[in-house]
Amino acid sequence: MDKITAKYEQKRAALLPVLHFVQVKEGLISSDAEQNIAEYLSIPVVHVHEVVSFYHLFRQTPEGKYHFSVCQTIACALRGSEEIIEHIQSRLGIKPGETTPDGKFSLSVVECLGACETAPVMQGNKEYIGCLNKKKIDEIIDQEK
Amino acid sequence: MEKVVSRHFGQDSTQSFVNYLKDNGYRAARKALTEMTPAGVIDEVKNSNLRGLGGAGFPTGLKWSFIPKDNPKPKYLVVNADEGEPGTFKDKYILEQDPHALIEGIIITCFAIQSHKAYVYVRGEYAKAFGSLQNAVNEAYKAGFLGAGIMGTGFNIDVVVHPGAGAYICGEETGLLESLEGKKGFPRLKPPFPAVVGLFGCPTVINNVETIACVPPIINKGSEWYVQLGCAKNGGNRLFCVSGHVQRPGIYELPLGTPLREIIYDHAGGILKGRQLKAVIPGGISAPVLTPDQIDVKMDFDSLKAIGSMAGSGGVVVMDETTDMVFAAMVAARFFAHESCGQCSPCREGSGWVYRNLKRIYEGTARPYDLINLAGIVNNIGGNTICAFGDAVTMCLSSYVSKFRHEFESKIKGRVCNTN
Repeated sequence: MDKITAKYEQKRAALLPVLHFVQVKEGLISSDAEQNIAEYLSIPVVHVHEVVSFYHLFRQTPEGKYHFSVCQTIACALRGSEEIIEHIQSRLGIKPGETTPDGKFSLSVVECLGACETAPVMQGNKEYIGCLNKKKIDEIIDQEK
Repeated sequence: MEKVVSRHFGQDSTQSFVNYLKDNGYRAARKALTEMTPAGVIDEVKNSNLRGLGGAGFPTGLKWSFIPKDNPKPKYLVVNADEGEPGTFKDKYILEQDPHALIEGIIITCFAIQSHKAYVYVRGEYAKAFGSLQNAVNEAYKAGFLGAGIMGTGFNIDVVVHPGAGAYICGEETGLLESLEGKKGFPRLKPPFPAVVGLFGCPTVINNVETIACVPPIINKGSEWYVQLGCAKNGGNRLFCVSGHVQRPGIYELPLGTPLREIIYDHAGGILKGRQLKAVIPGGISAPVLTPDQIDVKMDFDSLKAIGSMAGSGGVVVMDETTDMVFAAMVAARFFAHESCGQCSPCREGSGWVYRNLKRIYEGTARPYDLINLAGIVNNIGGNTICAFGDAVTMCLSSYVSKFRHEFESKIKGRVCNTN
């Protein structure tokens, strides 16, 4: 983490990259992690918490082993993202924001991922997967089960 | 047509450094640093009519000239790669396929404004783009294009690639600065402008990725060449991102001023399944929607402004005759409600009200006065907020209601008839 903070004029400016670093390592940002990061960067813990809760990519609850982030913004909506989202929901029996009881899958519905040329698009565990259809979703679910 | 920014797209991106060097790479940076003065570089860019391609269209050279020369504080260049405007995906291509074009542009820009440190703020979802840029930065350090005393001159430049974390508002330049300082991305009140009080309280230039990537070719080939590529007061080409109901969605580099009709029908292959066009967003979701009778408009900043829309980020979203415009408006409102940062009450509360209102109209549960309410709320967001997000909500959503009013009315009337 010292390597990260060394790049910045002010230590606190490293908060976002430090949070990413912790989240990659631990899977989420726990309250304990918030406390430790606050001490490390010499900023109030409430400040760390408000940043964690402001940015969509930081999470404080675990996600499934395979996480669907499906785009619902205009270009994807025009090319059928609603159907894709409904299909994932019915296949897995979960709603956006939920994880399957076995912890294998979770689903988020997100705003524009910046890949509208391949709409409808999603990120599956951070990897962009475009030109979605029900068959592709089924293949992913069967493979990751 | 001569391609500029996209000339290396489609090549093997693992070889981007080798390919870039073969194609006169870093020659413009060397020319700027060894043959030109900082003021000379700024003049060249001013004369090129290069404008901010992130969306605002502000003249780039003019922006650079606002950096005070007598200020003893360090100066910063911040590159905005927080590409989040729905319908836009061009900067991703530059970062992934030709990152050295951006790095060379950074070198020249830093020299022009006499800055020794640049930050590139890459949106959090773009992990691949982040990786390819970081890799290219490492290559540039190794080759002596970045670091201390670059290319045998006495000039130092450090570049930090910084990850965002999923917040549209951080694409707003002062929201981005706040975020880069490790805070929530709440936009700042202006003035003071970033050129005077920017990152860490120091003079700062903030430019979009594509804008900076255009700088090396301008230095290499001269501003006159660049001016003639585009149209009046809009120098050069730009990357148009076409999506929605078209045959060939994708990136098209075309001169500023190319007619929208040509982009949709010639380059993107026309409407899906031979259907008719119903509406088109010309510059990202914030831009007011256009109707088919308006598509002969030239796609440059001034022509689109003249017909009440905006060139914005170059994101062209096409909607065919089957599109329910109430649905399209609701999707736009849902985006705004989700991405409002929450700092100003008119936007924080208003965007949510508008979304819920449009959702009722779309789902057929609207009350007769909902359309009047909608106009009232929408018109009280724009102009009452710190940043331009509120204006975007107003401009965007009023365009749907005014241009397709009958669709909204018939949905509400249908509901009233049904309940009676």
